[in-house]
Amino acid sequence: MIVRILGEGQLEVAESATGELNVLDAALEKAVNSGDEEAFRPALTALLDRVRALGAPLATDVLEPSDLIFPPADADLEEVRGMMTEEGIIPG
Amino acid sequence: MSVMKRVSMIFKAKANKALDRMEDPRETLDYSYQRQLEMLTQVRRGVADVATSRKRLELQMNQLRQQQNKLDGQARQALGAGREDLAREALGRKATLQSQVSDLENQYQSLQADEEKLTVASQRLQAKVEAFRMQKETIKATYTAAEAQSRIGEAVSGISEEMGDVGMAVQRAQDKTAQMQARAGAIDELMASGALEDMTGTPRDDIQAELDAMRTGPDIELELQRLKGEISGGPAKQIEGGAGGGAAASDGAGHAAAEQPQAGEGA
Repeated sequence: MIVRILGEGQLEVAESATGELNVLDAALEKAVNSGDEEAFRPALTALLDRVRALGAPLATDVLEPSDLIFPPADADLEEVRGMMTEEGIIPG
Repeated sequence: MSVMKRVSMIFKAKANKALDRMEDPRETLDYSYQRQLEMLTQVRRGVADVATSRKRLELQMNQLRQQQNKLDGQARQALGAGREDLAREALGRKATLQSQVSDLENQYQSLQADEEKLTVASQRLQAKVEAFRMQKETIKATYTAAEAQSRIGEAVSGISEEMGDVGMAVQRAQDKTAQMQARAGAIDELMASGALEDMTGTPRDDIQAELDAMRTGPDIELELQRLKGEISGGPAKQIEGGAGGGAAASDGAGHAAAEQPQAGEGA
């Protein structure tokens, strides 16, 4: 599958990685929902690090939409929360 | 719902909404391409804006460092003259400035990282736009409007997502830059108002005044004694003596009045 880390571009990740990413994503979700700043940063970093480790950068001339999109690495909790609602995403 | 799924869904919905689909899909290609070129211009402008802010910070850091060096020099001078209290004061102010320099350094590094990221994003978008242009020409040359429909879907969605991403990166960098510029502006204002300069070492600052006073101190003391002598004898003479001797005495009194506050400030 193709994933995008906002601000970094797209990566090709094996479908089999979904389970592992779901676990990391659940930890991030918990931190965001409970507004837990301390847990948030490590959770986001862990998730994105894993995506980068598992993924291979997509060739720049490939024009394909992503299956999954991840928040930027330097986003703060409020930004991520915003990206999960209508107001948060800035349209291109 | 999970963060990644939720962000994906919202992001895609927005990216697709930003794209106006034309009746003839081949027009959609041309329209999308126009938007891509505009976005490229916008991204390049974003990179230039960040670079400008970075250079401004660099300038401010240099100014603050110069002032630190000056305070350092003053501390040495004060110690050399046996004035440890003054040296301590100068070093204290130097330390205060250090927190500002450190703050600027952090901002500088953050801007530098943004600049690099945006530069890479701009190159990536440029490559995608070029790929899109080639696909667009192929599709237009090969397919009828009906056939093109299915072919363009993916290419257009793919590039819309890229534009949404880079657009967001530019927006975030600009927001951050605006915040930094406000802070940089505050430092500029402080410097212009003299508040920082007074604290850090123009020739008129108080540490320098004391150092200068130590050099000229003995002379001033003598002058002060002389003036005091003149004044203690002066007023009586001025009242008693008529126009004759009065001119010289009032001259002396005027001089004393002008000198006194200055000497008082230096002490």
